[in-house]
Amino acid sequence: MIEKKSTRQAYGDYLVELKDKYKEIVVLDADLSGATKTNTFKKVCPERHFNIGIAESNLMGMAAGLATVGKVPFASTFAIFGAGRAYEIIRNSICYPKLNVKIALTHSGISVGEDGGSHQSIEDITLMRVIPNMTVLCPADAIETKKMMDAAMEIDGPVYIRLGRSDVPVLFDDDYKFEVGKAGLLKSGQDVTIIATGLMVGPALEAGELLEKEGISVQILNMGSIKPIDCLAIKEAAIKTGAIVTAEEHSIIGGLGGAVAEVLCDLAPVPLERVGVKDIFGQSGKVPALMEKYGLTANDIVLAAKKAMDRKF
Amino acid sequence: MALLDDTARGIRQDIVKMIGKASSGHPGGSLSAVEILTLLYFEQMNIDVNHPKADYRDRFVLSKGHAAPALYATLAAKGFFPKDELSNLRQLGSILQGHPDMNKVPGIDMSTGSLGQGISAAIGMALGAKIDKKEYTVYALLGDGELQEGLVWEAAMAASHYKLNNLITFVDNNNLQIDGAVCDVMSPYPIDEKFKAFGWNVINVENGHDYDELRNALESAKKSEDKPTVIVCKTIKGKGVSFMEDNAGWHGKGPNAEEVKIALAELEA
Repeated sequence: MIEKKSTRQAYGDYLVELKDKYKEIVVLDADLSGATKTNTFKKVCPERHFNIGIAESNLMGMAAGLATVGKVPFASTFAIFGAGRAYEIIRNSICYPKLNVKIALTHSGISVGEDGGSHQSIEDITLMRVIPNMTVLCPADAIETKKMMDAAMEIDGPVYIRLGRSDVPVLFDDDYKFEVGKAGLLKSGQDVTIIATGLMVGPALEAGELLEKEGISVQILNMGSIKPIDCLAIKEAAIKTGAIVTAEEHSIIGGLGGAVAEVLCDLAPVPLERVGVKDIFGQSGKVPALMEKYGLTANDIVLAAKKAMDRKF
Repeated sequence: MALLDDTARGIRQDIVKMIGKASSGHPGGSLSAVEILTLLYFEQMNIDVNHPKADYRDRFVLSKGHAAPALYATLAAKGFFPKDELSNLRQLGSILQGHPDMNKVPGIDMSTGSLGQGISAAIGMALGAKIDKKEYTVYALLGDGELQEGLVWEAAMAASHYKLNNLITFVDNNNLQIDGAVCDVMSPYPIDEKFKAFGWNVINVENGHDYDELRNALESAKKSEDKPTVIVCKTIKGKGVSFMEDNAGWHGKGPNAEEVKIALAELEA
């Protein structure tokens, strides 16, 4: 039985572990501490947890102010409200002055499930990635979430950590090394490269096995660091395998697929197929049904890989 | 008092000169805030120009960031950076951006310009002081048009919720914004009652250009035991330059050479 845990739960749990190492950490939430899991921190450290109420703009503004006086705020709410509603506060009050705020937003992507399209953020990677000074991280599992939080604490500046609601398999063990700006090579191969991020890393591994059964040699990269992105790894994969597939639980416009397309155009143009949400809003439903409906399964990656290979120059 | 008057006059002259030189900027709302800034920086605030980042210092956040020329002129007069720099306002490569940049200008505590955000950050600073049990005071300056931003009221709610009596906010109530009188565009009135309803200690200042009134308000504000204070100051937009006074047309444009000459002559008199 593979252990499963949501990245939001891993986030809440690890905040507790970080609290003594980093006395400057304060945690801010906007009336969703039960859902974002910052309540696990609140339970053990209530004097450093602040509920800002249903006011995401003020959540980000206050986080900025706290950062100017030496605190390291972790500001949490749902991705749609943080990256969406509070976008311009993140842009002007946090990133423009390069303040040391960690923006950890949960309930990203379609895997929010039943709450539906109004709550499923499929634009946040794009929105956060385009802001200068911002680092954008998207963990694939509970272990990578912890490693990314460690990495975020080493950065003196804003970091966006994209977290999910659903339980996902724990793919890595404690020896796993994460480095900002570096892709993780999960599997080496010759014919096609799958670059995945977040909860699509699991389906990417599955797709790799399916393709190998058909005699296709697949390389798989985990792109947890979306900004800065590992240009060299993308370039080398393009040159080596001649075809690329990206997989993300996000719009194919401007997210991982967009970022990889930019790198390929600049450095090594090869056919690219983007698996992700195809410029449409989500809807209510069970998570597995939604993943199928919106083309976010291992099988969708398999089909995309074949298509990319067919398009090889 | 004469010293403050002289300082304020010099700051007004610098505001007119720098915006004239730049041919762009916001003279009206800069001139209306001069006495507030002069009193804070030359009498009230615990700051050290040689240690602009000192941990213990009082903070000031210009939430109405477009009044940057007033803050720049004040900081230069105080000695945070050489006065010569003022002539580079809004020029490529200058530390003096159109709106305040905390990473470029010594003495600026928060980058602002997008309205409503400065007060939110100021509240974060005040909360930070409470967490660390530090004694510094956080001052902020809001525009009256700025009160139309929803974020101001999110922030106002949080400030009283967290009992931030170490936060003193001024409202520069010059009654004008770009498109006209604030009450015609989108009335923020009654300003005092609104803040009262949000749980603030509210002080009205009838003449925001009078040091005694401002000083009394500050003394009273510092006695607030568990509430943030707002000092609503009636001011005159473009104060000190006859053709700019009470004229929304001077919200955001630079005077030409002739107008600068007239303005400086008036300010000298």
